[in-house]
Amino acid sequence: MSKRVGMEVTTACAEAAALCRIDVASVYPITPQSHIAEHLSEIVNDGRLDASFMTVESEHSALSAAMGASATGARVFTATASQGLLFMSEILPITSAMRFPVVMIIANRAISGPINIWNDHSDIMHTRDTGWISFFADNGQEVVDMTIQAFKVGENRNVMLPVNVNVDGFQLTHTVEPILFPDQEEVDRFLPEYVPYATLHPDRPVSMGTLGVPEIYAEAQKAKDVAIVNSIKVVKEVWKEWEKLFGRKYEPIQSYRTKDADVALVTMGSMGETAEIAVDALRKQGVKAGLLKIKLWRPFPFAELKKAVKGIRVLAVTDRACSFGGPGGPVFSEIRSALYEESVRPAIVNYLIGLGGRDVQVEDFMEMVRKAAKGKLSEPYEFYGVRG
Amino acid sequence: MNTVKKYPKSIIENFDLYAPKLVSKEEFFSPGHRACQGCGEALAIRLMCKALGKDTIITNATGCMEVVSSVYPTTAWNLPWIHVAFPNAASVGSGVEAGLTALRRKGKIADRRVKSVAIGGDGGTMDIGFQALSGAMERFHDMLYVCFDNEAYMNTGIQRSSGTPFLASTSTAPAGKKIPGNQVWKKNMAEIMVAHNVPYVATATPSYPLDFMNKVKKARRVKGPSYIHCFAVCPTGWRSTSETCIKLGRLALETGIFPLYEVVDGKYRLTVEVPEKRRPVQDYLKGQGRFRHLTPDQIQVIQERVDIEWEALMIKVKHSKSREELRTLRGK
Ligand SMILES: Cc1ncc(C[n+]2csc(CCOP(=O)(O)OP(=O)(O)O)c2C)c(N)n1
Ligand code: SF4
Ligand SMILES: [Mg+2]
Repeated sequence: MSKRVGMEVTTACAEAAALCRIDVASVYPITPQSHIAEHLSEIVNDGRLDASFMTVESEHSALSAAMGASATGARVFTATASQGLLFMSEILPITSAMRFPVVMIIANRAISGPINIWNDHSDIMHTRDTGWISFFADNGQEVVDMTIQAFKVGENRNVMLPVNVNVDGFQLTHTVEPILFPDQEEVDRFLPEYVPYATLHPDRPVSMGTLGVPEIYAEAQKAKDVAIVNSIKVVKEVWKEWEKLFGRKYEPIQSYRTKDADVALVTMGSMGETAEIAVDALRKQGVKAGLLKIKLWRPFPFAELKKAVKGIRVLAVTDRACSFGGPGGPVFSEIRSALYEESVRPAIVNYLIGLGGRDVQVEDFMEMVRKAAKGKLSEPYEFYGVRG
Repeated sequence: MNTVKKYPKSIIENFDLYAPKLVSKEEFFSPGHRACQGCGEALAIRLMCKALGKDTIITNATGCMEVVSSVYPTTAWNLPWIHVAFPNAASVGSGVEAGLTALRRKGKIADRRVKSVAIGGDGGTMDIGFQALSGAMERFHDMLYVCFDNEAYMNTGIQRSSGTPFLASTSTAPAGKKIPGNQVWKKNMAEIMVAHNVPYVATATPSYPLDFMNKVKKARRVKGPSYIHCFAVCPTGWRSTSETCIKLGRLALETGIFPLYEVVDGKYRLTVEVPEKRRPVQDYLKGQGRFRHLTPDQIQVIQERVDIEWEALMIKVKHSKSREELRTLRGK
């Protein structure tokens, strides 16, 4: 039976990892992730979880050690943010190439400079194309659910990829929320023991991470792409199963009041909840506003997006990371490109918001919708509410 | 190792003559790898694997040995082997150990000791992998780290590392008209590992194969971290001829440039005797193109440094005490 507990989201996240009976965790502290590492080490040291907690000396080593442990067949967990994610970036694409289903929580935080500890998505976007499956959580409940789901998706024999769960720093990580926790038995039933495909063991010696010459490198890249593209099927199956077991529904793109919407906001992460309130307020004023929340960033849900935008005249896409000198934010350029071949498609405008923890309020989202209704902004992308 | 000139009297006295016969015939690092002729590193790895035996998992840093041994779809490794990147062999190896330990404790794999052994070149160990190594040793994993020190980044074209000797010519510290090669002294990695309180630290070279293999076996037995710094001749990078690989390792010892010793629980011991009258460093330097440009004055500077370092080591050999000895002394 699930139990509702009021808890800080980082603490909840560590509890979720413990429910997954991880064998090894290797985490290096960084705000706003550190509470996860701290609470997890507490769980291990109190004997509530039989796992090796590795206090590594850097994020580079955190992920490297995670890979080493995963290679022996262990279920492995790590977490980081911002500079830490960038520091491990050398290892990120190798984790996916070697098909280790490591699960990582990213407590999303702006990347330096200037140094800033607050929330945006510049960390994950910097490492976007490394072949990890990426979930985005809206609230604490989703963080717990997605952490558990991540292992099930990544460890699926047809997937075998690392998964990151993106959790907005502070806005989400440091919020105390009432969260429904499945009990251990339920999690055990949902998430059976990890059965690795191949492990490092003398009984069956294998070589992992060999040199890829030009005759094979491209095939390796294609294999990774095919694996992650196909993983969407498994993600959706896992989410269906979750809904059946626990009654909470997950979709790659979650639509809110879009049935007859004229202008729809697009968000990823915790701002979706603020945007929902803005949509409700606009609706009260007679504005046909709606909202699309992207829950699955990689693999990108192209088909689901196309379906979700049917009938919408204007999309106001929000981005929380810059692509300097590029076409606009990463979410915007993804969506625009995804819809390019549609004969009927919405106008798309782009707002860069919430950078480095800049507050975005209900009224801001309402204003964004009002401005977007024209179908065009005065610039290709707008740094909303930014001076200079 | 003393070369025995007299007729062997007893097996014990002349153990080294018979010992090679006891070495395992099993090959875990198979022929067919792509190392250059006379590569000291490849030879050392072959010997290391024999000494380690089957219950071993190797984590290999990027570098010559990884490249020559693992061109997909081939592999020279008959042991479980993993390569992830250049700077992180120690951290991956520590993860292997943590994974094995957790899985054994939880009954998910057979309860049998399998040793995690991480290996890297001087670059992968002393430079870019330094932090990861320090962390892994400090965390006291049950793992062995072996550095194969060929004194430069050979895989990428003989660039200088912190293992490169003073005045050696490398592709990024060339013997120029104004600056004659590498301008600083080699980093003493074994000492740095001793300072980590690693229970077993040793220097070795495949030129003394039994000494090396014995050290690997000892290091393997340690329940905790151990470190071996293996001097590995690279004919390609040193501009020496391939048939002098073994000889150069011996000359490095006989000149005192690379003494062979072990540090057990803090106590130093020479494992291979160095002649009372050490050979001049010139004997070692002259066979190598990387030192070809040296003037007699420069060779003298190197000689003096080697003499001083030798004395510093001798003081440790004579006076160091193991932690255990210190504990006993304190009790008295
Ligand atoms: C992060 C990173 N920087 C640089 C390189 C390029 N690189 C690969 S191997 C190597 C040198 C290896 O030298 P060493 O560790 O001494 O091993 P050797 O090849 O000499 O055996 C370098 C510089 C790399 N692969 N990764
Ligand atoms: S370059 Fe040197 S270390 Fe590398 S394979 Fe050749 S001889 Fe061995
Ligand atoms: Mg080298």
